[in-house]
Amino acid sequence: MPKITFVEPSGKQVEVDAPAGITLLQAAINNNIQGIVGECGGACQCATCHVYIEAPWTDTLPAVGDMEDAMLESTAADRLPTSRLGCEVEISSAMEGLVVHLPSKQF
Amino acid sequence: MTQPAIVVLGNGQAGFQVAASLRDGGYDGEIVVLGDESHLPYHRPPLSKAYLLGSVEDAGLAMRPTAYYAEKRIDMRTNSRAKAIDRARKVVSLEDGSEIEYSHLVFAVGARNRPLPVPGADLGGVYFLRTLDEAHALRQRINTAKKVAVIGAGFIGLEFAAAANHSGAKVTVIDVLDRPMARALSPQMASIYTREHTKRGVDLLFNTQVAKLNGVNGQVQSVETTDGRVIEAELVVIGIGVIPNSEIAEAAGLEVRNGIVVNEHLLTSDPNISAIGDVAAHPNPFADGNYVRIESIQNASDQARAVAARLTGKAVAPYGAAPWFWSDQADLKLQIAGLTTGFDKIVLRGDPEGTSCAMYLFLGERLLGVETINRPGDHMTARRLLATRVTVTAEQAADESFDLKQLVQPAKA
Ligand SMILES: Cc1cc2nc3c(=O)[nH]c(=O)nc-3n(C[C@H](O)[C@H](O)[C@H](O)COP(=O)(O)OP(=O)(O)OC[C@H]3O[C@@H](n4cnc5c(N)ncnc54)[C@H](O)[C@@H]3O)c2cc1C
Ligand code: FES
Repeated sequence: MPKITFVEPSGKQVEVDAPAGITLLQAAINNNIQGIVGECGGACQCATCHVYIEAPWTDTLPAVGDMEDAMLESTAADRLPTSRLGCEVEISSAMEGLVVHLPSKQF
Repeated sequence: MTQPAIVVLGNGQAGFQVAASLRDGGYDGEIVVLGDESHLPYHRPPLSKAYLLGSVEDAGLAMRPTAYYAEKRIDMRTNSRAKAIDRARKVVSLEDGSEIEYSHLVFAVGARNRPLPVPGADLGGVYFLRTLDEAHALRQRINTAKKVAVIGAGFIGLEFAAAANHSGAKVTVIDVLDRPMARALSPQMASIYTREHTKRGVDLLFNTQVAKLNGVNGQVQSVETTDGRVIEAELVVIGIGVIPNSEIAEAAGLEVRNGIVVNEHLLTSDPNISAIGDVAAHPNPFADGNYVRIESIQNASDQARAVAARLTGKAVAPYGAAPWFWSDQADLKLQIAGLTTGFDKIVLRGDPEGTSCAMYLFLGERLLGVETINRPGDHMTARRLLATRVTVTAEQAADESFDLKQLVQPAKA
């Protein structure tokens, strides 16, 4: 199980063991991470699972899809080059050590 | 003496969200949420989509882990069914005989499946699809069923049909109306869905009424229509709409008309009682102020936040969030922004012969809403156009070289 670190809006770091195959959103929800909402339940419809992926991972994750790209246009916190939707990133064993920052707001 | 709790009836999308937003909004008092199902709040949309196909597990449906509720001091009760309310004493009585006093009460009790009033509807192998338990049972059956009938070509029926078809079953969908999703979708968009489902191997029977379900040894075997057709099926899903759970409110003397009637602040005629989500008949600015009951995640969540804001002393504006909705059927992502009933003109973008297009629905000069298939950009722009009430003309909508986004996002200088 890859270890993933979530950095909450307060700056608090939480390291979790996340099984491959679930999404970053699910891993965050399962571990009660602050700063993520996921209102549409992972359907890529609400943009309230917005996260920032820390370098060097930004470039190594699977690319942003069309649906995700359109939703990222509507995030509450600014869209940055490191922005992703947590429900669209599936965790794989290659993601050991991934660091994910939560934005200050999701609405 | 401490104030009585804010009590929420129903722990679905709306009930969960109002509790969470009350806490996040600074409400420090007691919050009690009663749910009659055996599960903590979970997401319903995947039940007819990813969950059926096994790409989401039960654990992935939970809105929050158990620890969340303790941490937020939300008394989230399962297997707790409210039976009645006494508005004079401001108490809720539960089916187990206990009572809870409230300072404010929120109805978030949702809706239940509309039963199919024909003989045989209670046979084994006949299912509805609203709760996790129902979806769980269907998920056990969907992989092995060879012949499936779906009664009702609404969103949930068609999502299930697409999933069963994907799993290899022979699927027949039956509806009394003349096209799919007739109550919510333009005939033009509906015809694309008829074509695409047919192309993928689903049989669609419109203008067809079910007379009865036939069975052997208590298990369904076929669906018989009033015009005498017999459609073999060992698995039948009924999706013919819902009935709002407004009985408790009605018994307490609150006004009920296709749902619990609330004003533009989502308050009932009793200032201590609000109603939100699938059960709330509310005046909606996107329906010209007419009373509507909307069954969507957007509606449940935005109304929950609006009530939480009011109860924490923040809200002033009448409720008026722009409606949006989605439905995933096979590889077709349907998205709807706005309320489109009564449109008199359609402007098209993209190719309606393919599977990526947008339909802009106007009434006179006014854009009522936008239906899209696999055009998320158009959908998101539509949400913002509607929310900001920017004027869009039919000419602008028709001109594909005109970027509608610039109407809501003026180019940065
Ligand atoms: C299979 C399915 C797929 C869907 N897909 C989509 C989609 O893709 N997009 C979308 O926008 N919307 C979708 N919806 C609609 C969306 O899920 C609903 O609009 C939303 O859940 C409504 O929230 P609610 O809280 O008002 O009601 P619900 O979520 O129904 O919650 C109400 C809860 O209250 C409980 N309850 C009722 N009476 C009592 C009582 N007396 N005491 C205690 N508890 C009680 C009910 O059992 C229920 O658990 C879907 C719905 C279903 C069923
Ligand atoms: S959970 Fe809604 S977009 Fe990711």
